[in-house]
Order: sequence, then structure tokens, then C-alpha cells
Amino acid sequence: MKILYFAWLRERLNRGEDQFDVPDDIKTVGDLMSWISNNDEAAALAFSDRRLIRVAIDERLVDHDAQIAGAATIAFFPPMTGG
Amino acid sequence: MFVRLQAEPFDPGAETNAFLAERADTGALATFVGNVRSSPDALVDTLTLEHYPALAQKQIEQFAAEAATRFHLADIGVIHRFGTLRRGEVIVMVLALAAHRQAAFDGANYVMDWLKTDAPFWKSEKGPEGTSWVSAKSSDAAAKQKWEK
Repeated sequence: MKILYFAWLRERLNRGEDQFDVPDDIKTVGDLMSWISNNDEAAALAFSDRRLIRVAIDERLVDHDAQIAGAATIAFFPPMTGG
Repeated sequence: MFVRLQAEPFDPGAETNAFLAERADTGALATFVGNVRSSPDALVDTLTLEHYPALAQKQIEQFAAEAATRFHLADIGVIHRFGTLRRGEVIVMVLALAAHRQAAFDGANYVMDWLKTDAPFWKSEKGPEGTSWVSAKSSDAAAKQKWEK
């Protein structure tokens, strides 16, 4: 599964992308954030305030309780500031 | 309908004329142009827009299509830049064409309100104090709520 990070999340993690084999018991976006954080101190800090994290699964905006089964790409990013 | 995301600068006047060229008889065109803002108490030299290209294209196309249906627009176009822009440069332009003015105004307004909070762009400003990410504004989140049915 490909994971993308944008803006200050990307900066705090010092990378824009990860490629993970995510275990089957990681069901939701929220689970995935916890799983990434467990393995990575920078991620734990970056994901510490979940209210600031927006998520897209395969180019669709989703909530933190969205199921990740079958996803090819999951993107994490801060609140958007377009326009 | 068109949605164009580009690094290159564009000329809003030329875009307006090109958009109108074939359809000036439709009646009403509303255009919105957003520029890189700088003020004496918040000086900005450059603004860098990071984006998620595939999702940004998809989201803005969705907002434009929704606006076209909801306000019976004859046509709608959106141009949004990414990359590094200097103060005063144009970031975004929305062109909404309709039979009457209210629909044209509403169409452009609708797209801008959604684009602010739900199009994956992130701004960082560089000024005399250094570089910082622009925070999302609660007023922008509130603005889009007026379109909820």
C-alpha cells in the first residue's frame, strides 16, 4: 500500500511517500495512523493531533473511520488551503 | 467546462475574452480572481502552493459540475496555479456563465467556497520573518456551509 504525505506532514516526516505491507488487522484509517505511529517517532508526533489530519483513499476524501481494505493509495495531509 | 491546474502564470483578461468569445450572447459572466496577498503588517514575498494533483483536479471538477447543475450555468471554468508565486500574482480564477447575473455570481461563489476547504492545496508564505504554513480559516469552513441544502 502506498502512503502519501503532504505539506507540514511531509516536512515533519521528512519524506513524501511510504510503501507498506499493512497487516490485515489494521482495518480503518485511524488504525493505520496508529500503526504507522507505533513504528515511527516522527509519525507519532506528526499524527498526535488527529483533528488536523485529513485523509484520501484512492483520491477520495474520507473520514478516519473509513475502511482501508483494497486501497492502493492513502494520502494524509493537513486541512486544505486552496484558492 | 474546464479545470486547469498549472504552474505557469496566466492573464485573467485574456482568459475572460477567450471564454466569452463563443458565448457572449449567454447574458451574464461572473469572474473571480484571487491574488497573492501582502499587507504592511503581514508582508509576503512569495507564496508556495503544494498540491495533490490527481485529487485536486477531481475535486475541482466535482465542484464545478455541482455548480453548473445547481445554478443552471451555461459554462464554467476554473484555473488554479501551483508552485511558487510572487505577491500580487494571480493564484486562481473562476469564470461562471449563465443567463442571468445571480446564477453567475452564485456559481463562482460556490466553487470558490468549496475550493478553499476541500481542494488539496497547501499554502506556505515566505516573508521577512521566514516561511510558514498558512492555517485553514474557520471563516472558510463556515462560508461553504451556506450552500448546504
